[in-house]
Amino acid sequence: MKKTLATSILALGTGFGPVQAQDFLDAKQGGAMIVTYKDDVSTLDPAIGYDWQNWSMIKSLFDGLMDYEPGTTELKKDLAEDYTISDDGMTYTFTLRQGVKFHNGREMTAEDVKYSLDRVTNPATQSPGAGFFGSIEGYDAMAAGEADSLSGVTVIDPYTVEIKLSRPDATFLHVMAINFSSIVPKEVVEQYGEDFGKNPVGTGAFYLENWTLGQSLTFARNTDYWNEGLPKLDKITFEIGLEPIVALLRLQQGQADIPGDGIPPAKFLEVTQDPAFKDLVIEGGQLHTGYITMNVNMAPFDNVKVRQAVNMAINKDRAVRIINGRAVPANQPLPPTMPGYAPDYEGYAYDPEAAKVLLAEAGFPDGFETELYVFNTDPNPRIAQSFQQDLAAIGIRAEIRSLAQANVIAAGGEPDQAPMIWSGGMAWIADFPDPSNFYGPILGCDGAVQGGWNWSWYCNEDLDAAANAADAMTDPAEAEAREAAWRDIYLKIMEDAPWVPVFNEQRFTMRSARLGGPDAIFVDPVHVPVNYDFVYSTDVQ
Amino acid sequence: MWAYVVRRLGESLLILLGISVVTFALLYLVPADPARQIAGRSATAETVANIRAQLGLDQPFHVQYVRYLGNLLQGDLGRSYLQRTEVSELIAARMPATLLLMGAAIVVELILGLTIGVIAALRRNSALDQSLMVFSFVTISAPQFVVGILLLYVFAVQLNWFPIGGYGTFAHLVLPAITIGLLGTGWYSRMMRSSMIDVLAQDFVRTARAKGLGKLRIILRHVAPNAILPVIAMIGIDIGLFMSGIVVVESVFGWPGIGQLAWQAIQRVDIPIIMGVTLVSACFIVLGNLLADLIAPLVDPRIKLK
Repeated sequence: MKKTLATSILALGTGFGPVQAQDFLDAKQGGAMIVTYKDDVSTLDPAIGYDWQNWSMIKSLFDGLMDYEPGTTELKKDLAEDYTISDDGMTYTFTLRQGVKFHNGREMTAEDVKYSLDRVTNPATQSPGAGFFGSIEGYDAMAAGEADSLSGVTVIDPYTVEIKLSRPDATFLHVMAINFSSIVPKEVVEQYGEDFGKNPVGTGAFYLENWTLGQSLTFARNTDYWNEGLPKLDKITFEIGLEPIVALLRLQQGQADIPGDGIPPAKFLEVTQDPAFKDLVIEGGQLHTGYITMNVNMAPFDNVKVRQAVNMAINKDRAVRIINGRAVPANQPLPPTMPGYAPDYEGYAYDPEAAKVLLAEAGFPDGFETELYVFNTDPNPRIAQSFQQDLAAIGIRAEIRSLAQANVIAAGGEPDQAPMIWSGGMAWIADFPDPSNFYGPILGCDGAVQGGWNWSWYCNEDLDAAANAADAMTDPAEAEAREAAWRDIYLKIMEDAPWVPVFNEQRFTMRSARLGGPDAIFVDPVHVPVNYDFVYSTDVQ
Repeated sequence: MWAYVVRRLGESLLILLGISVVTFALLYLVPADPARQIAGRSATAETVANIRAQLGLDQPFHVQYVRYLGNLLQGDLGRSYLQRTEVSELIAARMPATLLLMGAAIVVELILGLTIGVIAALRRNSALDQSLMVFSFVTISAPQFVVGILLLYVFAVQLNWFPIGGYGTFAHLVLPAITIGLLGTGWYSRMMRSSMIDVLAQDFVRTARAKGLGKLRIILRHVAPNAILPVIAMIGIDIGLFMSGIVVVESVFGWPGIGQLAWQAIQRVDIPIIMGVTLVSACFIVLGNLLADLIAPLVDPRIKLK
């Protein structure tokens, strides 16, 4: 028996509130907006782009088989009209929508799906997302350079593609929704080669009309878009090179509509208290946790009591105050909006006296000296200083090493260099809304390698086995059991305390009064930072 | 003359070669791994190793440098690690903006600097002279990011006379050009003042005055043209000063030139771009100095090029 997985089963509690469909889906098309950014847009190649600036731009230019309901973490079908999963959870068969056209006018078919997956997993493409496709049969041969095509992906007919997995993977539909699995047209990719990222052609709601390097990009409405009624706007202009403070001033003077980099911390209180603008400020959660790592292989952090003592010593409320309350204190690795979060878990309460006792039990009644690595942009050094005071209160003298981002990341990837790292500015933000995404690279054994992202070097074989078992639970009926399994894994991690989870950052952005749409799409948890397809202009209503 | 130019060009090439070695070595020593940056946080060690090999980053320093130099001689500055675009294309796209800003800044500093210098010299030791010299001292000493932000705040945010950063129209150009130009204004006004004072004391000025020429005519026809020459010779050297200023000023004003490109690349350790912009600015500085030396004998015939 084959079964069709109802997306509602995967509908994950998100905390973003329901989006009222009628409010904005009926909005008239037309109008334009200006979005500003500080940095150049790096690339719009969906196999390569992997920063929060190009992430939702790519989502508006390209489509994948799966996507998410706007403003939520709820999976929905996108270019896939339907799909079936075999009983053993190892074969996914996707039926494609017919009549979907690339921006160059050619119809998208199953061959394009296969080509896109082959391309992203081919080592020559240098895709940072290749690893997400590890469960597809034939991936290892691709990664090793022994094959030029994934043996598990088969074109059945022009509108049907079958994907065989080499192991059960409960996250597979999320992988099909991630940017890296966007469908690209072979002939255009081959025409532009490495410059495809500057000349992107997809099936998305917008097409790239113009790109003036270093100055601006213009997206224009794809009038042939398969999803009728979308996108709402005729045109989006991205202006590049504007500092966040300048961007905010322009918005306040009506010269811009969305500050893409968000509200700068220095202006936060002023804007949120200004009667003229406070209603235009939008707050949203994000799948983010800021944490301090302790290298479990470096003395004295090899002692679990020391790590627990540090957990009790950190004053998280003060860290939240330093960033003007733009976060909520955390007590576990997963953010509250992530499935698998343990709402009843109390974590390590702030208690310097108990921490001192624990530290004495561990054999350090007088504390010790250590180093705390931190990314050198505001507010991270200030937050690190707050931690430094907290640690000093229990006798730990931490020297702050404030470095460029790439250097902190490099230090964390060395087995014996950084005893403690504050993750601020580099913290993990989930690639997709599934609890497994917070484990492998940052807390699992896979990441505890030279050059890895598991900066605490915590590696627990038992938990790795439990994680694999949880991800093998692909039957939708087991969804709850799987979530519970992941919850247990993170609570066990907290017993070993390789991290101090500090806070979950909230996102704050603004929009001009001439833009419409539910708040949730301006702080979309997946189409980060803004779900451009659904924003409409109040000028044309 | 031509032998001199050829020899100087040869020397310039050696200087550029030296700069390329030093910059390449410094960037090689930066403790950040480009392959890991490209591979991203989800990559396996295998993927990272593969990318490192594809970029040739697993080779020893001298092999990497020789290959870079070989490509450079063919006009290939490499491809940006993060933007995945040809560095030459990125620089070429931003060059017009930088040249425009540079040209406008030269105009600003000449107009302001010469005017202030002439006035100060004619009112020598007056209160006006002293306040102008204090002003010039302030413009030389003030950090450009402070001047830039101050101008932006007063004239764009408060008075709304100019757009708040950006590029495209004459109005966009005014504030950044003044910010960069003010530095030169300080130098030029001081030089112009002392040069004017020198010329004013010359015999021919007294002769002109004796034959009954009007004061304005003496200043405009006889004094200023003679006094201005040493100042003009400075413009070449100025180009070097500009190059150090554009990184900051372009970032403050969101001016899409190569300075802003360099600033972004430095923050993200995008080595090919940092290399490319460094070499291009070095070319400007070297050529600017050469230009200054070539102009010098035209200004003062006592200087001979050998």
